[in-house]
Amino acid sequence: MKNPLIHFDKAFENRIRLQIMSVLVANEHYDFNSLKELLEVTDGNLASHLKALEKEEYITVNKTFVGRKPNTQYLASEIGRNAFKRHLQALENLIKQQKL
Amino acid sequence: MLLCISKYFQMKEKDIYAELSSIRNLMERSAKFISLSGLSGVMAGVYALAGSAIGYKIVYGNSKSLAYREHYVNDAYITWKLIAVALAVLVLSIGTGVYLTIRKARKNKQEFWNPGSKRLLVSMAFPLVTGGLFILALLSRGFVEIVAPASLIFYGLSLVAGSHYTYKDVKWLGIMEIALGLIAALQPGYGLVFWTIGFGVLHIVYGSIMHFKYDR
Repeated sequence: MKNPLIHFDKAFENRIRLQIMSVLVANEHYDFNSLKELLEVTDGNLASHLKALEKEEYITVNKTFVGRKPNTQYLASEIGRNAFKRHLQALENLIKQQKL
Repeated sequence: MLLCISKYFQMKEKDIYAELSSIRNLMERSAKFISLSGLSGVMAGVYALAGSAIGYKIVYGNSKSLAYREHYVNDAYITWKLIAVALAVLVLSIGTGVYLTIRKARKNKQEFWNPGSKRLLVSMAFPLVTGGLFILALLSRGFVEIVAPASLIFYGLSLVAGSHYTYKDVKWLGIMEIALGLIAALQPGYGLVFWTIGFGVLHIVYGSIMHFKYDR
């Protein structure tokens, strides 16, 4: 039998990182503050998880300014989208296997 | 890596389902604006009915006789009066809608001005602004009978466009408005009747459905 955990992604082991990724997959882009409010996390917490995803090249960052306020947009990269899909598939397979 | 695997092996099926459904919920919530108030639809309908009643009086006067129907609104003064009433209905509806929606968003702990509501407004604005300018252009050339069908059709189009970013039910309201507008286009002279059904009755029916489905 194929190991269902072969596609388990360590980057998504953390719940918040998986949540960030699901928001970015569902939307073209999302900004820092809206993300913070949606996930109900602190600035520092969110920033560190975003950094981790950025390091994996799962997301790209787009820094712009609205007036004088910084407006940072995050986008899911192609690599990130595929990793997310694989991870969900792995979760599904795990359920299927437990049913056997 | 091994640690991670063993952790997931301990995950119960229930946990994984919970995880998957929370992901789905988050994807929905992040992409859509779900704080639209059903009650604001009802209020918009009420304002439209009141506006129609005033409009009817402006066109037909106070005469109780229905024998002589004035089908054409040619007098410029009357046209402007009707436009003023329509604008009042529009402003009141939008004002109430924004107020009730902000209130509901607060109750849901959702930001009123978030990516979902921004996209909802932008996607609705294109058909709506286009329609508004189109109607004004034709109105300035004297095609008064265009107002009722065109406003229904463009409003319906903007609802269909906006429905991607909020409740799916909005799409059905949009389709009904478009259908009503097309029928109105075939029935010149009954513009006010169709306008009353579309903006008054449909809003009240739809708003009540939404209120009982989502607001309670």
